[in-house]
Amino acid sequence: MMGYKLEFADVLAQWPLFVQGAWMTIQLSTLAVVLGFTIGTLCAIGRRSRYRLLSFACGTYVEAVRNTPLLIQIFIVFFGLSSAGFKIPAFAAALVALVLNVGAYTCEIMRAGMDAVHKGQIEAAECLGLRRAQVYWHVILRPAMEKVDPALTSQFVLLMLASSITSQIGVEELTAVANRVQSDTYRSFESFIVVAVIYIVLSWMMRGGLWAIGQVVFTRRRKLGTLA
Amino acid sequence: MGGAFNVNHFNFMLTGAVWTVGLSLIAFAGGGLLGFAIALARVSRNRLLRWPATVYVQLVQGTPLLIVMFLCYFGLAMLGLNLPAIVAAGLSMTIYVGAYAGEIWRGCIQSVPRTQWEAAECLALRRWQRMRLVILPQAARIATPPTVGFMVQVVKNTSLASIVGFVELTRAGQIVNNSIVAPLLVYMLVAGIYFALCFPLSWWSRKLEVRLNFAHRRQPDLAFAPA
Amino acid sequence: MSAVVSLEDVHKSFGALKVLNGVSFDVRKGQVVAIIGRSGSGKSTALRCINRLETIDHGRIEVCGHVVSDERVDLNRLRRDIGIVFQSYNLFPHLTVEENISLGPRHAKGMPLAEARRITAEVLSRVGLLDKLHAYPEQLSGGQQQRVAIARSLAMSPQVMLFDEVTSALDPHLTGEVLRVIEQLAAGGMTMILVTHEMAFARKVADVVIYMHEGRVWETGAAALLSSPATSELQQFVGVTL
Repeated sequence: MMGYKLEFADVLAQWPLFVQGAWMTIQLSTLAVVLGFTIGTLCAIGRRSRYRLLSFACGTYVEAVRNTPLLIQIFIVFFGLSSAGFKIPAFAAALVALVLNVGAYTCEIMRAGMDAVHKGQIEAAECLGLRRAQVYWHVILRPAMEKVDPALTSQFVLLMLASSITSQIGVEELTAVANRVQSDTYRSFESFIVVAVIYIVLSWMMRGGLWAIGQVVFTRRRKLGTLA
Repeated sequence: MGGAFNVNHFNFMLTGAVWTVGLSLIAFAGGGLLGFAIALARVSRNRLLRWPATVYVQLVQGTPLLIVMFLCYFGLAMLGLNLPAIVAAGLSMTIYVGAYAGEIWRGCIQSVPRTQWEAAECLALRRWQRMRLVILPQAARIATPPTVGFMVQVVKNTSLASIVGFVELTRAGQIVNNSIVAPLLVYMLVAGIYFALCFPLSWWSRKLEVRLNFAHRRQPDLAFAPA
Repeated sequence: MSAVVSLEDVHKSFGALKVLNGVSFDVRKGQVVAIIGRSGSGKSTALRCINRLETIDHGRIEVCGHVVSDERVDLNRLRRDIGIVFQSYNLFPHLTVEENISLGPRHAKGMPLAEARRITAEVLSRVGLLDKLHAYPEQLSGGQQQRVAIARSLAMSPQVMLFDEVTSALDPHLTGEVLRVIEQLAAGGMTMILVTHEMAFARKVADVVIYMHEGRVWETGAAALLSSPATSELQQFVGVTL
């Protein structure tokens, strides 16, 4: 550490680039979370289905994704697809990989949440004459989501942090910007520290945002303040 | 460039896999010690221990592992500390595991029922005796399934070490692919090897959890959904 | 008068365990039938077979013109005609009392919101809990939750109501309020089948008492049966519980 002074000025001067990169990270993460949550929930329903083939297929997808690194999944989607003739832009490939990734984790989390719904309530709903789909929507999904909200929040924040990996296939998100700035200014340490701080702020914002959504959706939690 | 995928390539990838396992063990050993210290610090009554540990966990859990790796490899190099890739990777993984494992273990310590703490207190044991003889053994049993599950994350995250040049399984795959340019084949194979390493751990973690819940008749703890 | 509920030689096993061993009885419109018996006598199972929460192995069950034992029965229509109240109330914890009660009418019957709300208020005042319209189940006592559960079933305007040991999970001082509601419903002419341990209540309110033993209808008759049982098993049972 001899003869090196920490100087943030050059790095901070590049703030428009950081803003752009952060915006790309936010876009990528938000889309991935929304699509991934939908796919994951459908997958969880499929996993609990009576049709053995469907349950097995969903289970295989989940295990395959959860036991392989995201970086490899991104490579398979990006390089694999383009070598098979489908040339898709890096952003799209990154999004597909992230959606598949968060979908698999969401599936397991939602499945645990749905399994925790008391069998008696499902019986009560069926005895009111509600059809299977209605029972799922009114009685199973909402309480399940409320119960697993902390686990889902953690998972989504992890996804946002993991989006840094997409820099490796050229997506111009925050980490890619950090690399660009450090190669321009030769200030690696400062560049990465600045980006780390931005990520920390983004993760707080994300937690806050998800909590606010929860307050709107989970009216019981908002009115009573109790946990599911 | 070109040529077919042959057994040499496969052996090269397997060698990479050995380094993946090695790095995972280093990460778990170093990070495990750190995580244990952090977990204890976070349940300590001493504010001077609790706050730094909390700040550390918050910082690390808000930063991508990739950025931590870049800081350790490129960042420190700029400050004059030129670490070889394996050391930088090991250091980053230790920092990462320390924070996440520390959080998991803190949760396990806190989920030992209050009644156990009270019972130990009534036996006139001092605080560290209570921890060592009553609380920690029970916390350890609760912690086993999520810790084994977390090992899966550790193994997968070693793939990021490839980005700073450490030749583990992912980097080995990239090198092979640069040579024969067959990305779908190469990376599917790499995925398969990761799967072979990780799936037994995942399966074991689930078995442990079933056994634990049966013994304690509890619901599975959703706070420990792995990354 | 034809029977509203009719069971004919119903058999049911759970795996190797034979729970129902040829159960037959009829319930006429407006009758209140109490089913009593030891745990394991099959009484709850028989009740649950009536609205197809359990399927039977052999025999025939008919309710309000639906042949329940037939595989092709329209379950949703069947369940709108039969209301059931469970021992553990099974209210939906994430919904208010009003939402709990209006869920069935709105979504199973497709009723518009305003009308569903009207019906909700009506059944809720029948059980005496109109002031709890916007409360959540966790804010209510056990007895109040069970009354809400009764209101929830009533809101569907069923032709028959089934009660599965609805006071067994309640603290003793809370059973009274629930039993009063059930008595009112009986007085109002609802056809009801109650599986219960409350002997005094059964004697007071039931038109017919069915004593089940070893998966069969062992003895049946008017409520006076309980004072003068014919079989030794029922003598023993009544002697033990009174």
